[in-house]
Amino acid sequence: MNFAFSEEQEELRQTIRRFLEDKSPSTEVRRLMETVDGYDEAVWKQMGQELGLQSLHIPEEYGGQGFTFVELGIVLEEMGRVLVCAPYFSTVVLAADAILNAGTDDQKQALLPGLASGETRAALAFTEPNGRWDASGITIEARPEGDSFVLDGIKSFVIDGHTAELIVVVARTPGSTGEDGIGFFTVAGDAPGLTRTPLATMDQTRKQAKLEFSGVKASALGEVGSGWAALSKTLDQAAVGLANEMVGGAQKVLEMSVQYAKDRVQFGRPIGSFQAIKHKCADMLLEVESAKSAAYYAAWSAAEDNDELPVVASLAKAYCSDAYFHAAAENIQIHGGIGFTWEHDAHLYFKRAKSSEILFGDATYHRELLAQRIGI
Amino acid sequence: MDFRDTAEEAAFRDEVRSWLAENLVGEFAALGPGGGPADESGYEVRLEWERLLGRDKWVGMAWPREYGGRESGIVDQVIFNEEYALAGAPARISFFGEGLFAPTLIAYGTEEQKQRFLPKIQAVEELWCQGYSEPNAGSDLSNVQTFGVLDGEEWVINGQKTWTTLAHRADWCFCITRTNRDAPPHKGISYLLVPMHQPGVETRPLKQMTGTAEFNEVFFDDARTDKSMVLGQVDDGWKVAMATLGFERGTAFLSQQLGFARELGDVIAVAQKNGSAEGAVIRQRLAEAYVGVQIMKYNGLRMLTSLARNGVLGPEASIGKLFWSTWHRNLGELAMDVLGADGAIIEGAPGAGYELNELQRSFMFSRSETIYAGASEIQRNIIGERVLGLPREPKSK
Repeated sequence: MNFAFSEEQEELRQTIRRFLEDKSPSTEVRRLMETVDGYDEAVWKQMGQELGLQSLHIPEEYGGQGFTFVELGIVLEEMGRVLVCAPYFSTVVLAADAILNAGTDDQKQALLPGLASGETRAALAFTEPNGRWDASGITIEARPEGDSFVLDGIKSFVIDGHTAELIVVVARTPGSTGEDGIGFFTVAGDAPGLTRTPLATMDQTRKQAKLEFSGVKASALGEVGSGWAALSKTLDQAAVGLANEMVGGAQKVLEMSVQYAKDRVQFGRPIGSFQAIKHKCADMLLEVESAKSAAYYAAWSAAEDNDELPVVASLAKAYCSDAYFHAAAENIQIHGGIGFTWEHDAHLYFKRAKSSEILFGDATYHRELLAQRIGI
Repeated sequence: MDFRDTAEEAAFRDEVRSWLAENLVGEFAALGPGGGPADESGYEVRLEWERLLGRDKWVGMAWPREYGGRESGIVDQVIFNEEYALAGAPARISFFGEGLFAPTLIAYGTEEQKQRFLPKIQAVEELWCQGYSEPNAGSDLSNVQTFGVLDGEEWVINGQKTWTTLAHRADWCFCITRTNRDAPPHKGISYLLVPMHQPGVETRPLKQMTGTAEFNEVFFDDARTDKSMVLGQVDDGWKVAMATLGFERGTAFLSQQLGFARELGDVIAVAQKNGSAEGAVIRQRLAEAYVGVQIMKYNGLRMLTSLARNGVLGPEASIGKLFWSTWHRNLGELAMDVLGADGAIIEGAPGAGYELNELQRSFMFSRSETIYAGASEIQRNIIGERVLGLPREPKSK
């Protein structure tokens, strides 16, 4: 039994932290969040070429480094800490895992090396305007035509969908319902018939797009019709990845709160000496540490790819999103008036916490899923 | 990061399992896990069971070999406690002696004191109680007024302790006692060891809202103990007292999570049986309780790893106490909501006593858990000041 990161993993964390402190300070986050594309091409390339971040958890036979979800979790946590603006989650967590889970060996050989090297930015398009995160939300049908398929319909809330060069689309066989008939398809970002519209996001540090498919030719990824298991697993992995990203942000807002509580003087003493503030900080620490425990355990479970994954994925997503939102909200309250300004970073974390809470289903959704998964 | 047993851990787990399978039989097995260290049912049998544990060194397993221990590391202790809980073995009467006093004695006692007391604790021949709280010293523990003064070769003690678990069964009390009224509150306290069976000590049960009396009041009226019965230096007992609290807050909860998981299982079973598990709100709350009990496990394992690597539990252990006591209180409330109308009725005829069922008992008893062993508000102060480094509240004049 050992629930701690190894020395190598701690070194990886330090390396990433230094890189991101240099490449993604608040000024850069604010610059990029105002852009439509929402990332810096040069930094994206450096992530791949200098640190190999895109290739970290992709198996070596597909051009990756063959590390595990635990190392990926460390990267995501550090990215969440500084609100990195980059198509990392969409490419490395969503698209790469979808390909790993659904694709044939040949397809993985063909697609993954590009993602691993950072040359290809990719996205996973599964949610539709109905905003559902389960199988019933998928209504786009894939019509067979010769060796390939034709897609018609709308996908929405697609993270980095407007900038991705490769889009993995989830659709269903004509006439199927629920978890039956699900299939994965690949489409080039500039495919004829595909109209991509960036959405204005409340959390400007994470970009989303609406994708309209009008007679778009698509290639099947894996076996069409039996894709639900692969999608469900991809969503569990995404929930675990996001949980790890969220604890990075939660830890950061806790640190901001504690520092401000020590520095800010009112009534002749630091506000952190008042129990009203001290106890808020104590509760934040309890929740942030507990969220870390859940996220790290879930990352290990994803790395092991064991039977616990569905349960711990929902558990971690539910707990971490509540903890992050609570911490981000308390951070504003503890900062008082300055915390409500655009100038202060508190709102950036508050908005990221909210958008992350919604993404892949909120805490209520995941608690219900958890209840089902543990047999209640 | 790996949650599986190592080969050594697996072998030790097998050893514990075999021992329990061989020994936890007959009337011992019939005792069941019970309500906690203060559960009085089957007392004599439980005492006999614990003596069996002591004979095979499962009491004091962490102690140095020279004092009869196995020098087991923290991971092995947790494995033992896990298997013990999974086997449904009885809650331990010897908790205060073995779990709280003995580690403090090993850290602060003289060689003579260790030789005098440790073997009797391991043999379960002497039971201990904790003389801390007083009517005017609860959260403000350093305000203790029980006073001890040297009279020749003996301490003479006067005062009152309260919330003293199992005092009526105990042979000895580790008692924080004011021995210097001229010094500041923290500087004039000594950690005295006082025999309970003497004319100057009177124990009265303290009936709680549960209708039972797990706690006692203890009155010292010219009670006496030998001059040598001080742990640590005279007037320097505060740090010794705090060390004991560290053991109480830290290691005890590491294995109690299994009991909580079982209790949640009972609540889920009731909810499924009476149909309340079909309601969306109850489903949410059951899932939330499950999340909490799992996180308790993960937090415990993280703390365990840090303890095994660095050897000490820091003030972070306060997170555990605050977490579990709040979780358990919420579970009690959830259990009552799951029970619905049935929860408002006590089994048996009116006037036949006040026998709560397990879930009703948790609902009520858990109100004490956010108060004892450092109330939640105190825990938040500790986390705020010692973990986060926030400034202390200015002293009132």
